[in-house]
Amino acid sequence: MSQHFPVLIVLLPLSAALLSPFFSYLHRQAGKWIAILSLVGAFLCSVGLLLQVVANGGEAIHYWMGDWMPPLGIEFVVDPINGVIVTMITFVALCSAIYSTPFLKKNNWLYMGGYYTLMALLCVGLSGMTLTGDAFNLYVYLEIASLSGYGLIALGGNKGTLAAFRYLLIGTIAASLYLLALGFMYSMTGSLNMADLSVLLQDKMDSPLIIMSIALLIAAFGIKAALFPFHGWQPDAYTYSHPGAAPLISGVMSKVPAYAMLRFFFYLFGAQHLFVQHGLTVVGILGALGIILGSVMAIAQDDFRRMLAYSSVAQIGYIGVGLAIGSFYGLIGAVLHIINHAFMKGSLFMVIGGVRYRFGEVSISKLGQIGKKMPFTVFTLVVAALAMIGIPPTGGFFSKWYIMLGAMQTEQYIYVAVLVISSLLNAIYFFRVLENVFINPDPGLKELNPPTGKLELPLQMLIPIVVFGIAILALGFCNEMIVDGIIKLGLPEVFVR
Amino acid sequence: MTITDIRPFLAVGVSLLAAFLIMFSGKKPNVREFWSVAAAFIKAALIFSMVPAVLAGNVFEYTLFQVTDTIGFTLRTDAAGMVFACVSSFLYIPVSFYAIGYMRGHHEKEQTGFYAAFAVCLSAAIGIALSANLLTFFIFYELLTVATWPLVFHERNEEARFSGRKYLIYTLVSGQLMLAGIVAIYVMAGTLDFQAGGFLTADMAPTWVLQLLFFLMVLGGAVKAGVMPLHGWLPSAMVAPTPVSALLHAVAVVKAGAFCVLRLIGFVFGPALLAEIGAATVLAWFAAFTIIAASLIAMKQDNLKRRLAFSTVGQLSYVVLGAALLAPLSILGAYYHIVAHALMKITLFMCAGAIIVTAHKDNISDMHGIGKKMPITMACYTIASLGIAGMPFVIGFISKWNLGLGALQVGQPLYIAILIASALLSLSYLMPVTYLAFFKPNEKGEFKTYGEANKFMLIPICVTAALSVILGIMPNFGPHLYDLASMAAQSITQGWIGGGW
Amino acid sequence: MSDAGMLDIINNFLATKGIYSLVLILLFLGLYGMITSNNYMKKMMAMNVMQVAVIFFYLCFAQKEGGMIPILDGITTDPALYINPLPHALMLTAIVVSLGTTGVAIALLMRIKETYGSVEEDEVLRRADK
Repeated sequence: MSQHFPVLIVLLPLSAALLSPFFSYLHRQAGKWIAILSLVGAFLCSVGLLLQVVANGGEAIHYWMGDWMPPLGIEFVVDPINGVIVTMITFVALCSAIYSTPFLKKNNWLYMGGYYTLMALLCVGLSGMTLTGDAFNLYVYLEIASLSGYGLIALGGNKGTLAAFRYLLIGTIAASLYLLALGFMYSMTGSLNMADLSVLLQDKMDSPLIIMSIALLIAAFGIKAALFPFHGWQPDAYTYSHPGAAPLISGVMSKVPAYAMLRFFFYLFGAQHLFVQHGLTVVGILGALGIILGSVMAIAQDDFRRMLAYSSVAQIGYIGVGLAIGSFYGLIGAVLHIINHAFMKGSLFMVIGGVRYRFGEVSISKLGQIGKKMPFTVFTLVVAALAMIGIPPTGGFFSKWYIMLGAMQTEQYIYVAVLVISSLLNAIYFFRVLENVFINPDPGLKELNPPTGKLELPLQMLIPIVVFGIAILALGFCNEMIVDGIIKLGLPEVFVR
Repeated sequence: MTITDIRPFLAVGVSLLAAFLIMFSGKKPNVREFWSVAAAFIKAALIFSMVPAVLAGNVFEYTLFQVTDTIGFTLRTDAAGMVFACVSSFLYIPVSFYAIGYMRGHHEKEQTGFYAAFAVCLSAAIGIALSANLLTFFIFYELLTVATWPLVFHERNEEARFSGRKYLIYTLVSGQLMLAGIVAIYVMAGTLDFQAGGFLTADMAPTWVLQLLFFLMVLGGAVKAGVMPLHGWLPSAMVAPTPVSALLHAVAVVKAGAFCVLRLIGFVFGPALLAEIGAATVLAWFAAFTIIAASLIAMKQDNLKRRLAFSTVGQLSYVVLGAALLAPLSILGAYYHIVAHALMKITLFMCAGAIIVTAHKDNISDMHGIGKKMPITMACYTIASLGIAGMPFVIGFISKWNLGLGALQVGQPLYIAILIASALLSLSYLMPVTYLAFFKPNEKGEFKTYGEANKFMLIPICVTAALSVILGIMPNFGPHLYDLASMAAQSITQGWIGGGW
Repeated sequence: MSDAGMLDIINNFLATKGIYSLVLILLFLGLYGMITSNNYMKKMMAMNVMQVAVIFFYLCFAQKEGGMIPILDGITTDPALYINPLPHALMLTAIVVSLGTTGVAIALLMRIKETYGSVEEDEVLRRADK
């Protein structure tokens, strides 16, 4: 059984996605439970897999689809890094699936079934992208994730439809660019398996086709990850997506392409090649610009969700900077930040989703004294905000610590300066939120969904919110376990510096 | 000898736990305040139980977990840390009683958040005192920054909002610069563990880099310690309720800043290196300037709490000056001044708070004749003022005496002149209040009858005032703080044979 | 340079790079359309053009001179005589994906048209801001 874990992570939500509408038709709640159960299964599988990999001492687990040997067959490869990322994906997906139930209580069976189909498919696409060892397979999962993502964004309402359409146009460009890059690599090597490609490409790394591929990959994954200046689609998409799916979309959907970029540059091409280093420098410059401009734009927003969206541009910049530093600690920081940011941004979207559920309000200036009515939500808000700024001992501090350490060790002081400035800019807009929450008088918001019992929100929402808040703290306290126990086992052999 | 013992973490954790309990018992004021007081007593008991062993030359150390892949989350009770830990854990007791009296007497809102933030602040202060490496130190330092913010904006009006912003801007900016400095030091030295006498050496980097690093790091301490021109946030934070001012200005925040400077000079850079690169002299100039300028500004303030705030700015620079002089005795004086100033200034602030709650007066010009109404409070005020000025037989004298001797040790008698000038200046801005209170008749006919502050407030005031006198006569009374300070100074400037007081 | 030489160059170019140039032109036509067109429907069509260009690209490099369709006929056993079937198979997947994308796009467009009464970009944005 346990040897099938890699495929089960994808297969369980996939079957649930197909069954969900049907079961919803039979009973309105059934489809939801099928999807949630499948995500529980996927999460358990990924945890099992991660433990297995760690127990192996970081040795990658290979799973051959239908027992076809690579390079001909498609394989799933689980190494420590994508093991931990896929665990994070399934966990966030599970939590958002549970979290979104109260939003759907008034919708009919078709909407319910469709929503959970999309949710499960998004999880399929993202975990598939992370796990696959086949470059074309990655494209397929990328499109699965994108298409379900468009759907979930469109479910957010009229503006959501518009945002989804605009994202669809630009997302398709990204996918086509990826396909082009893959075409170049395939035409040179005749292979699609990543491990095989990495061997075959080694003596062709100075060919113009590879330079084109690197440029195209940066553009393709840059668009998907909303790396500055490819982030145009992202503020609208995050802002108007379905509030239940927003944690998953904002927290994870843009991080997986960043991981794919890491995989291509460090594992497939190898960072010792000159053009890969140039490519990474470009990513680093874009990341640094994104950090500054994203933060500045975030300061100007009054809509909490839009502020978070711009802050995501900045946070992706951290990952880009971590990759560009390209040293031991830079990469640790980048991977750790992928995980941390999923929880930080996810929890912040959950918080504002909870406020929106109860009061229908999303603007920062109207959050005064909300802590009186929603203490647990505000606890998570405070923790997540501090983590975003990088106040120890929350998780966000430590990814910044490792990135900064990497930058300092490799004497790239400009990145240190960027990190310091960005922490301060983050502090401006997150402390502004906290200031509004704690100091402003109560604006007298109308209760749309007044709490029924003693709890401030329905239990299905409150549990994920609190779990995420605690997870951010736990990621801070346990970062050494993740770094030493998992990430270090899976780092590439060659660094830029 | 190093003893592995979890007590340092228990001492930090007990008030964090109390903060949680306080949050959950917001609806029952008595239970809530019980947690606060209980945490104060347990914390003090834990800290003081470690004093004898530390005096005997032992060190308690415990690593809770690895905070990053190479650095542990470690607390260690060296003599230097114990001085600060003893002071802050002990003063937590009177302040928490006083806070009950003040908050109830003043009918403050948001008391639950107040007590919780208060408890977190004390945890952070103890953590800062006992941290064994720079990263652990930084974690508690930032925790203190964040936990103090709710106390600063406690009033929740526009003024409080701006003070809060000002406070955050100063502390966060300096904190981030300090973080960059810490990372650089880690890259250079490969360790962040505090070591008496410093762990950086001159061959690790060019001189200008070391100088730059020193200023980056000291900035973090200097902002919290209110060294001019970085003191701007401190008087604005005066809008906070008085127990907070007492805590901010006497125990936790500003002392943490001063302690940070001492730690950096004594345990990271080391006096030998600093003497070589000459960076500490610049810091000493700034401190000396602050001592004089703050006293001059304090003279012009009519609001008593503001006047005391500027006095704090000046007094803390004594500690910074003592550290920056790099002389064994001046460092001893600096450590002891942490104790001295804490006791005296907490007394002064608690007096000011008692006047606000009982007589509803903020401004000195309205306090004519208040001595008739509140003789005990004003007597305690007078004792503490004399101590600030450095009168013998009050605790302030001992630390100043050592500071002065330290200045002589390094052959810089100019600083003695500054100390004397500042003593005269502090007399001239603190004593008029006593004079007005006791000898000026009140034109409006107020304060005719006796009406002291309530006991919750009055007893803490008397206790701290009495302690200032007792420690002034017997500096080793109680937990042997003078010996601890002397041990700390000795460990920093190895090879020095005792002297001083 | 003589005319014959010129012709050779042109012939050579068309034989080796000509089809790729056309694919490139198609790709950029698609991108150009997506960027400049004001009508969402046209944008979507241009998107399809771009996707088709990528598909063509794969099909083109799968070709080789003298290769036959990759069906094992029992006589020819030398793999060098067949063209590479894998890109075709990949592109079948890509075509399905692009069909799916187009389907979602049309569904979204219909909803946009319903809500805003137009598929002209400036018009839709104007109404969305209101």
